[in-house]
Amino acid sequence: MRHLRAPRRWYRLLGLLCALALVVAACGGPYPQSTLNPRGDFAEIVDAVFMKTVYLATIVFVLVEGALLWTVFKFRGKPTDPDPEQIHGSTVIEILWTIIPAVVLAVVAVPTVRAIFSTAAVPTTSPDGQKPLKVEVIGHQWFWEFRYPDLGITVGNELHVPLNRTIDLRMKSNDVIHAFWVPQFAGKRDIFPNRETRLWFTPQVTGEFPGACGEFCGTEHGRMDFYLMVDSAPKFDAWVARRKNDSTMQFNGMPIVAAAADSSVALAVVDPKVEEGKKLFLSKTCSGCHSVSSMHPLRGQVGPNLSGIGTRKMIGAGWLPNTDENLRDWIEHTQKVKPDVLMKGLPPISDDEANALIAYLRTLR
Amino acid sequence: MTAAVLDHEPAHEAHHTSLPVDNRKLAIWTFIGSECLFFASLITTFVIYRDSHAKGLGPKDVFEVPLVTAGTAVLLFSSFFVVMALNGAQQANRKKLITWLSLTVLCGVFFVGMQVYEFTHFYREGLHYGTNLFASSFFTLTGFHGTHVAIGTLWLATLLKDAWKGRIPPKKALNLEIAALYWHFVDVVWIIIFPVVYLMSLGR
Amino acid sequence: MATAALDPAHATTYKRSVLVEWLTTVDHKRVGILYGASAFMFFLIGGIEAEIIRLQLMRPDNHLVSPEFYNQLFTMHGTTMIFLAIMPISAMFFNFFVPLLIGARDVAFPRLNAMSLWVFILGGLFLNVSFLFGSAPNGGWFGYAPLSSVQFSPGHNMDFWAIGLQILGIASLAAGVNFFTTILNMRAPGMTLMRMPMFVWSVLVTQVLVLLSFPVITVALTMLIADRSFGASFFSFERAGGDPMLWQHLFWVFGHPEVYILILPAFGIVSEILPVFSRKPLFGYTAMVFSMALIAFLGFGVWSHHMFATGMGPLADSFFSLTTMLIAIPTGVKIFNWIGTLWGGSLQMKTPLYFAVGFIAMFIIGGLSGVMHAVAPADLQQTDTYFVVAHFHYVMFGGSIFALTAGTYYWWPKMFGHLLDEGLGKLHFWLMLIGFNLTFFPMHFAGLLGMPRRVYTYPGSLGLDGYNLASTIGAWILGFSFLVFIYNVIKTTRASVHAPADPWGGATLEWSIPSPPQEWNFNVEPVVTEKDELWARKRAAGVRTLPEPVLVSGEGIHLPSPSWWPLATAIGILIFFIGILLKGQVASGFPFSPISIFGVLMVAFSIFKWSYQPVDHSMSHQH
Repeated sequence: MRHLRAPRRWYRLLGLLCALALVVAACGGPYPQSTLNPRGDFAEIVDAVFMKTVYLATIVFVLVEGALLWTVFKFRGKPTDPDPEQIHGSTVIEILWTIIPAVVLAVVAVPTVRAIFSTAAVPTTSPDGQKPLKVEVIGHQWFWEFRYPDLGITVGNELHVPLNRTIDLRMKSNDVIHAFWVPQFAGKRDIFPNRETRLWFTPQVTGEFPGACGEFCGTEHGRMDFYLMVDSAPKFDAWVARRKNDSTMQFNGMPIVAAAADSSVALAVVDPKVEEGKKLFLSKTCSGCHSVSSMHPLRGQVGPNLSGIGTRKMIGAGWLPNTDENLRDWIEHTQKVKPDVLMKGLPPISDDEANALIAYLRTLR
Repeated sequence: MTAAVLDHEPAHEAHHTSLPVDNRKLAIWTFIGSECLFFASLITTFVIYRDSHAKGLGPKDVFEVPLVTAGTAVLLFSSFFVVMALNGAQQANRKKLITWLSLTVLCGVFFVGMQVYEFTHFYREGLHYGTNLFASSFFTLTGFHGTHVAIGTLWLATLLKDAWKGRIPPKKALNLEIAALYWHFVDVVWIIIFPVVYLMSLGR
Repeated sequence: MATAALDPAHATTYKRSVLVEWLTTVDHKRVGILYGASAFMFFLIGGIEAEIIRLQLMRPDNHLVSPEFYNQLFTMHGTTMIFLAIMPISAMFFNFFVPLLIGARDVAFPRLNAMSLWVFILGGLFLNVSFLFGSAPNGGWFGYAPLSSVQFSPGHNMDFWAIGLQILGIASLAAGVNFFTTILNMRAPGMTLMRMPMFVWSVLVTQVLVLLSFPVITVALTMLIADRSFGASFFSFERAGGDPMLWQHLFWVFGHPEVYILILPAFGIVSEILPVFSRKPLFGYTAMVFSMALIAFLGFGVWSHHMFATGMGPLADSFFSLTTMLIAIPTGVKIFNWIGTLWGGSLQMKTPLYFAVGFIAMFIIGGLSGVMHAVAPADLQQTDTYFVVAHFHYVMFGGSIFALTAGTYYWWPKMFGHLLDEGLGKLHFWLMLIGFNLTFFPMHFAGLLGMPRRVYTYPGSLGLDGYNLASTIGAWILGFSFLVFIYNVIKTTRASVHAPADPWGGATLEWSIPSPPQEWNFNVEPVVTEKDELWARKRAAGVRTLPEPVLVSGEGIHLPSPSWWPLATAIGILIFFIGILLKGQVASGFPFSPISIFGVLMVAFSIFKWSYQPVDHSMSHQH
């Protein structure tokens, strides 16, 4: 009796250990891109059904591997041993071990289908009582563009959203297939050049969360990241106001080229270096690809939108810390920092010019 | 191509076979089964893309149904002809074999000629391979079918040469039977292509 | 070696050099060995690619290789391991052992068989030569459009990929027709379908999958080549509204059955090894046959589970989730039946059994993580992360490679006439098991914790350095285990201790003939009366090992004649496709280059000559 129960307890312990390993992995550790750490409703639905599968799989794993190893140890023989009993099969046992997996799978299938349907449709109202916030996601080789059609603003590589508001993403690609992925909030959704795909989630925690491209999209697929910034509603509103201001205050709503050329437009900070940087932004053709206004600009859509670049967490599509040094590296040797990006064949830029540009970019807050 | 290789390869003729069918016949049936998926994929692609001709010409601008109907009829008849030829081979009736086999080959030549004419005609009217998706999927599907007809015609022509030299006695009639199986299959594919590509595209 | 006389009537003897003998061979055993040798070379190349990948990912923000080269490495690693390693190593066993297991002298079409071999070797070389031009394929083994279009992948990289796979497809389809016919039609008297060894069943089912899935990828690749080189736009949206989703559907309608093409032969091999080393018949033979057929059938109804993230809608997601889960049932039955085979046996702990048990243990893990992917919402998180990488390596390596290695140790004495060293074999096993698990088990966690797939580097801030370092160390242990295998091969070949005909106490016909078999396999056609025929014979004789068969002269036996034409046909096919590659990406003009036309003519001429060449000859005097 004793030696029969002992191994069973041992298996149970092993199962617990496996489950524990996952739990530890989920809670502890600085894993900002973990799928096991849901911070929004979509990710929670997914996590719930996944964990159910993990527990079942762990049990099956322990039982079947245990049975296999036990069989191998128990029935070791010697070359001289007599032949064992020649069993060809057993209908009863075989039917049994067809039905049992079927039942286990049914236990997985029901919550799976339920989760498929509950993640499919975008909710019509947010937990905060407002309508979901529409965001258009546009994937580019290799950066992200986020447009807020109801707010009339566009930003690059940093998606800001308010707490407890359902985010309704409508996504399209500018070139190849990408996939939008912020694991703590939702699963992946592919982004196509020829059709709109949808995804939604409701952030339930404030903070900064990394996201990445989830479909191989060419040379720099590995560096097509972004950050999701979840702010409280007032903070988010202030951010939106700043985005709208960066156009009206600095450029009086004029098209970027005219505004940048018009010296009568007052900048928030007046500094000769900033003035020089502003001119360089134009003369070094930066403005041909980058817009510094988030108010749906007509030009400057080829590269990431630079509104608010001065205070962004990261540059280069979410993977280089936004320090002056990194920014200078990027401006002077783009192709070394991130080979193959579109930013090539530009006029050479000296250190002084780069510093002036950085001074100007830092004013875009 | 594979089909042609299988012909004339009576490996282990003396060897018994487990199923009451010759190796080569079983192989050609297997090959035909595989080919079904090949043409199914091509036809599906055509059906998906047949309305994609916003730019350039569409089916209604180029298709000449009377000509293609004639081609279809010829191909259908050829299936009958090859059966008669096979019958001749099995009966050791050399004249019957050669007559009907020649007719079959002629039908094949006519069909391939019809397609060459059709393709050149489309090309002159301005429907090129890359003009639009309708054109690409049309040329790919019918082009591959035409290639199959051409290979079949060549295959039957070499058999006609053999027959002429008296190398297809009744016990080697299988050589012709295998080619005939392939030929029937190519016909059947056309019987699907003709309504799906020509008639249904026009009716839309 | 017998001196082959092409025309016994005139008794003209040809003394041919060894090289010529191998180049013109149509003997299924030699074809099998050539498949194995070339596939093992490609396996080593793919392995080196994997080791470089692991070195690059050893630590965050590493700069060992450029992003561009990294993409070439992982694309070629996947393509090589699938099409140039696992499939052809399986083909080695198909070729060498299917005729032996069913009691036949050769395959149904020996020259077609040789052609498959040469087309495969030339196709594999074609793919790998791209490295020399610095333009190895770089768009992933799945070649998703529109990334694989000329617009986003200029250069010849993806041309090499699409054209290379097209060449390999010809080899697979020809072999598919050949083996399907061989198994159905060349069985020895009394070898009914339900008496066939399980490995033969697995080959039969695999060939059905090849025959029904490869035409689909052929069409898809044709359209991709048309897009790239002939100005069409089947998959590229920008030019004419082509739909990238069409590529995904066509690719996975092929791609999922392909997974079973890779794993079913492994099932078959293990189903041969377990009974022999348990000294007990396979548990539930009939259930094993039907579960395999069911897996193959369902395998055609699950392709979209590779596409959950595309947003197909809840109905399609549910359908493909459920069909995928259904596959787990017959797969589970197989695993239980294997354990049932071991249960109550008298296990002879030899190297092949180690690897076979290792296969079951690892495949269980791959199967369980497979069920996790079937949960569509969970797959939205896991797809394109290292969790998937872990999953399919547990299936492809833990499954296929473990089983193929088991088969190698098991059948080596029959193929080469001497046994591999047991001690080194077991060392190989333990190193491989430890290395494999150290490489791939941490990847489950890395993936769940946010490590995306197909990235050439990752930021240290993700906290995944430890997992990645573990994987890299494991990968080098894994690589080292194969050096042990190579050493084993060299050592035992040098020692060349002759193996008996039946070293393991085998149950099937190949163990009734000398090791290695004589060119004609069976002196007289065997007559089969039972499943596990050889065991039945031993039981009837009341012995454990039958007396060693005597080597005889094969006078009067008809054998297929050697031929140059299969090789010539294969070269013609290669030339045709090189013509398409060199034609470049021009949209107009005459569609085919003169090189292609020359290739077609060469194929036509070779087939013509081949058709009129005498098929077989009878063995004449032995020297």
